Amino acid sequence: MLAFLVQRISQAFLVMFVISVIAFAIQDGLGDPLQEMVGMSVSEEEREAIREELGLNDSMVVQYLRFAGNALQGDLGNSYFYSKPTLEVIAEHLPATLELVIGASLIIVFLSVPIGVYAAIRPQAWLSKFFMGVSTVGISIPVFLTAIVLIQLFSIGVTVNWFPSDTGWGQWLNDFFSTEGGLPSYGRGDELTHLFGTWESGFFTGTGLMHLVLPSVSLASIMLPLFIRLIRAEMMEVLQSDYVRYARAKGLSAGRINFLHALKNTMLPVITVGGVQIGIMVAYTILTETVFQWPGVGLMFLEAITRSDIPLIVAYLMVVGLIFVVTNTLVDLIYGLVNPTVKLTGKKA
Amino acid sequence: MKKFLAAFVGSMALAAAPVALSAEATKELKVAYDSDPVTLDIHEQLSGGILQLSHMTFDPLIRWTKDLGFEPRLAESWERVDENTMRFKLRKGVKFHSGNEFTSADVKFTFERLKDSQDFKAIFKPFSGINIIDDYTFELVTSEPYPLLLNTATYIFPLDSEFYSGKTEDGKDKGAILKHGNSFASENLSGTGPFTVAERRQGVRVEFERFDGYWDTQSPGNVGKIVLTPIKENNTRVSALLSGGVDFIAPVPPNDLERIRNDKDANLVTMSGTRIILFHMNQERVEAFKNPKVRQAIAYAINQEGIAAKIMKGFATPAAQMSPAGYQGHNENLKPRFDVAKAQQLMKEAGYEDGFTITMMSPNNRYVNDDKIAQAAAAMLARINIKVDLKTLPKAQYWPEYDNRAADMMLIGWHADTEDSANFYEFLTFCPDAGSGSGQYNAGNYCNPEIDALVQKANVETDLDKRAAMLQEVEQRLYDDAAFIPLHWQDLAWASKKNVNIEPVLNVMNFPYLGDLVVE
Repeated sequence: MLAFLVQRISQAFLVMFVISVIAFAIQDGLGDPLQEMVGMSVSEEEREAIREELGLNDSMVVQYLRFAGNALQGDLGNSYFYSKPTLEVIAEHLPATLELVIGASLIIVFLSVPIGVYAAIRPQAWLSKFFMGVSTVGISIPVFLTAIVLIQLFSIGVTVNWFPSDTGWGQWLNDFFSTEGGLPSYGRGDELTHLFGTWESGFFTGTGLMHLVLPSVSLASIMLPLFIRLIRAEMMEVLQSDYVRYARAKGLSAGRINFLHALKNTMLPVITVGGVQIGIMVAYTILTETVFQWPGVGLMFLEAITRSDIPLIVAYLMVVGLIFVVTNTLVDLIYGLVNPTVKLTGKKA
Repeated sequence: MKKFLAAFVGSMALAAAPVALSAEATKELKVAYDSDPVTLDIHEQLSGGILQLSHMTFDPLIRWTKDLGFEPRLAESWERVDENTMRFKLRKGVKFHSGNEFTSADVKFTFERLKDSQDFKAIFKPFSGINIIDDYTFELVTSEPYPLLLNTATYIFPLDSEFYSGKTEDGKDKGAILKHGNSFASENLSGTGPFTVAERRQGVRVEFERFDGYWDTQSPGNVGKIVLTPIKENNTRVSALLSGGVDFIAPVPPNDLERIRNDKDANLVTMSGTRIILFHMNQERVEAFKNPKVRQAIAYAINQEGIAAKIMKGFATPAAQMSPAGYQGHNENLKPRFDVAKAQQLMKEAGYEDGFTITMMSPNNRYVNDDKIAQAAAAMLARINIKVDLKTLPKAQYWPEYDNRAADMMLIGWHADTEDSANFYEFLTFCPDAGSGSGQYNAGNYCNPEIDALVQKANVETDLDKRAAMLQEVEQRLYDDAAFIPLHWQDLAWASKKNVNIEPVLNVMNFPYLGDLVVE
């Protein structure tokens, strides 16, 4: 166990070192940070003075060594735009992203497991076919399109008059397809509860939850079909296995077989994929946060790129790298709990 | 039915309200702009966002009216003492947010700070000093006669000198202007303006509250609280308005103009803008561009009206010069000259009938539809056998390329900080000179000392009619010479809910005077 953790920590350092080198190497291609800091009419002389002050004129190696020296002491530099330490800026934005990911994960967990299991047990039922059909559509629609459609339907509202409104049934159908709108379409709302540190939570107030609905659903929409299909496929395979047949032959109840024995073994690959997907979800939050003006790290990162806020870009990439290493480590640990025969360090027992 | 009832109750309440309601500023306004102010120090950066902040939390000495005239704000009156001196009388009884009394010492403090500011010092270069006569009288002195003295005075938003003087707890100078890192002024603010900053989370929201002691009790404004949320994504900003999440948005993307115009609860205001979009033709890189006939051919080949109608969806005013209507240099006679046959003829005369190949660069997220404009221009040039190799880049990467003059034709948009024609020429067509900084954005390397001299002469001409004639001649000569290819002035658009009466407080400079905004 200890050996495993030591191995992972050294891996984390390696990952972050590589990321920082890459981020530094591409910074020239990211543009000139001064463009966002000064007005158009500022003379070249003045610009040169600011560049000198920021140390942008030093060679790449000198800049990197300076950065690495500070980084080892836990200082990843100051954001040009926020004029604050980058880690502080990320800490301020991270809770919003985490809450979005938590919201989306809850939706995924509570929908994908029952639907996946149902579709595996009753593959021929029309409801299963319906879910499978919808999930195929869901998986192929990009997240920002889902988001825009959701906003149009549930924030702005749509009035439908496809049917003759002077007849009772026409009116009823029109009303049926029309939506009221009213759900918040941007941001996190005004009523956030302060939990600790920089964590302002939207989970404890009505408006906070309302603001979470559309972004979470959009973010979940991209992962949900994947998990439904994965759980269904795994479950169907497990249901064919010998021990399930044996259990049936023994006369165990269907519920016990399905939910205790089969589901447990179904979850193993699901957890692995889930761990990786949480990392990928960070990438999708960039799109979701942009569409919903959700003040999390994804939006922050995208704006940092348009502003060439290089210290913030580098710090963000390193933090995301760390998140990936940490989630993968956790997944491996959980894996060990679910299936004790798995050995963490990969050595012979 | 519900809506009708609500409207009825609303109108009843309005009818019952006393006439003097205007003094009661109780309405809340939710605003979504494409960005929030980067700092609270209004001298740290010269940008549209900062000027918008300045007009909310400070007051200028004088400000622009809708028709580009001046109206008194903190300066009650002004008169020319001699060729180089203007005397201003200040309003009495004006208080800063901190409670300090506003006097001419604050103007002096502000003036000196502006001369130190990296972004503003260029604008204040013609000024040699400031003379304080008494607490409410002072004189601005220029080194030469300066016709744009009043234009520049709109940039003087007096700061609370007492508030910004001294040291912070950790020993930093409160008045320091810092481009990066935290300064006292970038996080604290005390002006004379209609609003104070109540809460600010950079990039997320800024909350403003009406200043109790605001001097302008005549203002009809009744907004007591403003919540500004930056929403960069065009679609989201429009959705926020249409779903009722916010009351006022700017800018409105051209693609959504119809949608907002057709929405019964929304109110759309558009205006022809003053930002010129143009192409430079680099004579240093391309031998053919040295020939005026080739430049004219390109000018005849580009269909400004087509671009404005098809690509900008009517959201632009086709241009044949840099000065928009209302500017002194605006020359009524200059019209877009699209004529392909003429262009082909000129190419033939210049000996380039078979054409040549050039490179072109344009940003793709800086101006409205900038990359599509460049694509259209490239297609138009193909008709006179100029083959264009086009590259479009995000703005962060575009400007370094622009500074390097990395392509034969480059697109740029320019707004004159002084709201005056001469500013265009100084930055865009003056002979480039790294020493003096003139022609800093002249990516065409066009150089005509005669025209430059004429502009210099106009810059010390205080007789505005004579000056206008000179500047109009400059436009004419640049047009005849086809020094650059003007495309259009980008329009401006704002939208609000029906009950927010934005039209009276908007102007072509794009700083809404939100202090005077009336919400029904």
